[in-house]
Amino acid sequence: MSNATSLQEGQPTVRRPKRWHILVFLLPALLVYSAVMILPLIETLRLSLFNTVDGQPTFVGLANFQVLFGDERWAHDFWNALKNNVIFFIIHMCVQNPIGVALAAMLSIPKLRFVTFYRTAIFLPTLLSFVIVGFIWKLILSPIWGVAPWMLDLVGLKSMFAPWLGKPGSALIAVSLISVWQYVGIPMMLIYAALLNIPDEVIEAAECDGVTGWSQFWKIKLPLILPAIGIISILTFVGNFNAFDLVYTVQGALAGPDGSTDILGTLLYRTFFGFQLQLGDRSMGATIATVMFLIILAGVSLYLFVIQRRMRRYQF
Amino acid sequence: MSQARHSIFRTGFVHAALIAYTLISLFPVFLTFINSFKDRNAIFRAPLSVPTPQTFSLIGYQTVLGQGDFATYFQNSFIVTVVSIALVLLFGAMAAFALSEYRFRGNTLMGLYLAIGIMIPIRLGTVAILQGMVAANLVNTLTALILVYTAQGLPLAVFILSEFMRTVSDDLKNAGRIDGLSEYSIFFRLVLPLIRPAMATVAVFTMIPIWNDLWFPLILAPAEATKTVTLGSQIFIGQFVTNWNAVLAALSLAILPVLVLYVIFSRQLIRGITAGAVK
Repeated sequence: MSNATSLQEGQPTVRRPKRWHILVFLLPALLVYSAVMILPLIETLRLSLFNTVDGQPTFVGLANFQVLFGDERWAHDFWNALKNNVIFFIIHMCVQNPIGVALAAMLSIPKLRFVTFYRTAIFLPTLLSFVIVGFIWKLILSPIWGVAPWMLDLVGLKSMFAPWLGKPGSALIAVSLISVWQYVGIPMMLIYAALLNIPDEVIEAAECDGVTGWSQFWKIKLPLILPAIGIISILTFVGNFNAFDLVYTVQGALAGPDGSTDILGTLLYRTFFGFQLQLGDRSMGATIATVMFLIILAGVSLYLFVIQRRMRRYQF
Repeated sequence: MSQARHSIFRTGFVHAALIAYTLISLFPVFLTFINSFKDRNAIFRAPLSVPTPQTFSLIGYQTVLGQGDFATYFQNSFIVTVVSIALVLLFGAMAAFALSEYRFRGNTLMGLYLAIGIMIPIRLGTVAILQGMVAANLVNTLTALILVYTAQGLPLAVFILSEFMRTVSDDLKNAGRIDGLSEYSIFFRLVLPLIRPAMATVAVFTMIPIWNDLWFPLILAPAEATKTVTLGSQIFIGQFVTNWNAVLAALSLAILPVLVLYVIFSRQLIRGITAGAVK
């Protein structure tokens, strides 16, 4: 190895001239990306180890984390937000992704008509901003307007209606389902693409062996689209543990009623930016951001190094 | 015979399910639109009927256009989105070209470094981003938003574009080199025109999160002069929460540009997702 390098250096004629254009091509992207994304991320992680003592920023080690996990008020807020965030994620995984897979399975039936129309319509909510989606659903679910009770009345379930967004017991589920409604298009599209990529020969071979309909989906197609299901799961995970806008729009920065819809994103916002009487606290904000970073990093690593490696991939 | 009937039943069931879900997706948007054109009484008395000559009213739109500074908000969103997309495409394509075209030490490492941002959201660095923008005196400027969104869009752009650049034929580039083209002209005059479809896909992917973002406008540029449409309508609707005409009109106005763009670009977008995303 060292022989080879010294040999190269010994022969200056072999060496290529400095290729400055590579640097020129890379530099703008590297500068913006490093300065606005990577360095602030590192600085945030660093800030979580500092706090203001007597007006001076001082290194405090893991004391901020001790406060976050140990102090009664902080710990209550933090664990509440984390618990809600986990429920938020579980609802997405159990409702959004199965519906997405089911829709994709139906859309990919060969020779089905109007596929483009269905696809386009179902994907539309994904493009709307949380602000629009949040307010529309707030109006629909509002007891004042009466659209939701009226619609339940059509199917004879009027007695089921309750101001779901206003009750601590159901608010989180309602907000999660609104988010599911908005984002079902993404798993649908990715799974749809994966299903279209299955070669016809595989399906024909299955049909020759008498495997059709449901058993064909479970035994042939589902194993083949598992990698795509892995991708939508990790996308959902990152998106959910980083969510903020929808809860902020529907329930406000306090994530009411009574903190029942508080997730890590809204907790981070209130903590570092301050809200109403609460002053912004940069160090604790950075601490919460660091915890979120570690959670997302753990999820992504689990996916990249464990799940994706074990998944069997089929090459056609 | 029974086979055929079975498949007709199945197709009918599939269509019924798809139509049902299509209605679920479109109903809220439709409801908002029709009610934004009705007077206050009609909104509450018959929320599900379309506006008739008796109930038709534009009072909501008059309130919105008279009160809010929506023209400015639209202009801000437009500037931020267009400039960010332009920078993401230019810088992203340049970096993607460097990574896919040349072999140099640290190439893989550089690719991995740029890929971090695909999975780790830029939002987590907000505390330090705000600090940096305060230090650079960029708070409440559109420049701050443009910088953040450019950084946010670059990782995915570099990833997608370098996949596409690998498919550009080497013979073409080498022919250019023999003809004496510099590396810069090879990039700008040979490669860029060939990857235009990929650029369009990246542009659409980059645009949606920028146009819809609430977090960074709220934190970096909440001033009246720099509000984006998303933040502007959030605050406006929050203030007029009891004025249902105005709220419904504001929502409809906010949906409209997205809807128009979607109708124009949906083919591009869907083709982009179904072609490149699962690999």
